[in-house]
Amino acid sequence: MNYLKLVILALVPLIAAMGASWARDIAYQVHALIIMSIAGGMFLWVLRHTDEPERPRPMSTGYADGVIRAGVIATAFWGIAGLLVGTFIAFQLAFPALNFDWGQPFTNFGRLRPLHTSAVIFAFGGNALIATSFYVVQRTCSVRLFGGNLAWFVFWGYQLFIVLAATGYLLGSTQSKEYAEPEWYVDIWLTIIWLCYLAVFLGTLIIRRERHIYVANWFYLGFIVTVAMLHVVNNLSVPVSLWGSKSVQVFAGVQDAMTQWWYGHNAVGFFLTAGFLGMMYYFVPKQANRPVYSYKLSIVHFWSLIFLYIWAGPHHLHYTALPDWASTLGMVFSIILWMPSWGGMINGLMTLQGAWDKLRTDPILRMFVLSLGFYGMSTFEGPMMSIRAVNSLSHYTDWTIGHVHSGALGWNGMITFGALYFLTPRLWGRAKMHSISAINWHFWLATIGIIFYAASMWVTGIMEGLMWREVDDQGFLVNSFADTVAAKFPMYVVRGMGGILYLSGALIMVWNMWMTIKGGAKQSAPVGVPAE
Amino acid sequence: MDTYSFLRQLADSWVLLAMFSFFVGVILWAFRPGSSDTYAAVARIPLREDAPAACRGCNGADCAAKKGARND
Repeated sequence: MNYLKLVILALVPLIAAMGASWARDIAYQVHALIIMSIAGGMFLWVLRHTDEPERPRPMSTGYADGVIRAGVIATAFWGIAGLLVGTFIAFQLAFPALNFDWGQPFTNFGRLRPLHTSAVIFAFGGNALIATSFYVVQRTCSVRLFGGNLAWFVFWGYQLFIVLAATGYLLGSTQSKEYAEPEWYVDIWLTIIWLCYLAVFLGTLIIRRERHIYVANWFYLGFIVTVAMLHVVNNLSVPVSLWGSKSVQVFAGVQDAMTQWWYGHNAVGFFLTAGFLGMMYYFVPKQANRPVYSYKLSIVHFWSLIFLYIWAGPHHLHYTALPDWASTLGMVFSIILWMPSWGGMINGLMTLQGAWDKLRTDPILRMFVLSLGFYGMSTFEGPMMSIRAVNSLSHYTDWTIGHVHSGALGWNGMITFGALYFLTPRLWGRAKMHSISAINWHFWLATIGIIFYAASMWVTGIMEGLMWREVDDQGFLVNSFADTVAAKFPMYVVRGMGGILYLSGALIMVWNMWMTIKGGAKQSAPVGVPAE
Repeated sequence: MDTYSFLRQLADSWVLLAMFSFFVGVILWAFRPGSSDTYAAVARIPLREDAPAACRGCNGADCAAKKGARND
């Protein structure tokens, strides 16, 4: 087995070295060097340990929590990185001088922006989803993760994907599809990782010792399967050269646009909604110590969400070359989608029925409730903005940015923070988080930060939408584009302040996690034993 | 008939009908008689994880499965 590994680990650096030398562009060259060093290092490590006598390793009997611990740390790390870049580019918009001359072209807004979106969605959100799904599926199936070290391969492979994507953006490698920027070889790598993730998750479900599959796992599985499908179809492209990062999309024109927003909106619907609802259906009942309000409603919620979300994408393409029937279809499904979304929100909130008093003392539960509140708010705002008449005002303005962030910071961010606070003491065998009042600080800093952010973006978005369409009595446009940019300055500063508040809350969380992991007497954690 | 028209017609008729019936079927299935008791038990799955399948019914301390077990 080791010899096979050595052959593969010797071939990969060789090919990567050829790639580095023949590379057509700098991004490809740097990526080849990264892959060469990682595979080369692994080669040396395996070589040094070859022919060692097999040590009998104790059979692991408990849950596989090591990979989840790594996932929790990675989530916190990428969260800080993504929020930091986001706050910086917010100030770049307010103060263009922050696009430093010495950093061109690597640190201009255009290259940092995809770094921010991918870091928060795929690095922060993705690691949170992978870690929590591994945690939840083991606990609710009463069985150890399927596939042994495959889960570790998924974890490290995903980190490599993030590093390749992030460095690629800075070095100018992008296929110019929003939220699907990485070029062809990074896409292929992610496909491999994602299929392994599916194998681990589905394998665990198959060997489960519970008769029924708990609803959280349905949402996680829906998220994994759909994201695989979306990713593959939207990234169908032909590389210009095997030794360069540039590729050409298979679809063209309006088909390409439709595929992109079918992908883009379902990245929201399945990555940022279905996956995180999986978290919600586990962590909210756990933290409230009550079963979910209505299990039937959760089933209706699941199927309606799956059946409706997939059609909503065309609402991103109102007033474009897309046929009217398609954008109307997207709009209608978006509006219908409001109902299951609110059904899910009500289901989550009503889980607290009879336990509302816990909100006074438990800041973690408060975070979950706030995140559900923002889920409800942004799933109302979204359908409303998808209506063609509203969209004609809101599209291309900062209102969209505000909407995305009330969902991302409010719903995804807060539920992830809550899950991290839930998981950290349990995974490292501590009684509770190091400081409860620090969680309170985090809660309020984040909440006020979101309010600053969303409110300023509503004001500036609607203002610029109205300024763009303002005409005088002769029918001439009143404002130039630069006029709207100038008018937006104060709101941009407020938005940046909101970002600073949100980021400082997250920094407090990292300190709190650090102290929890490092300090305190070790308390024997309740050990879960998978069925024999 | 070209591929586009064929697929478009198929999507608008039989596939639409199939998906809609599947959806309605699943919803009705959730409300089948006797489902409430099942779901009440399923909803408690997350809350009883600390006594996993192998250890249910044993009294903890002298349970062999529990003694050697370790989360890693």
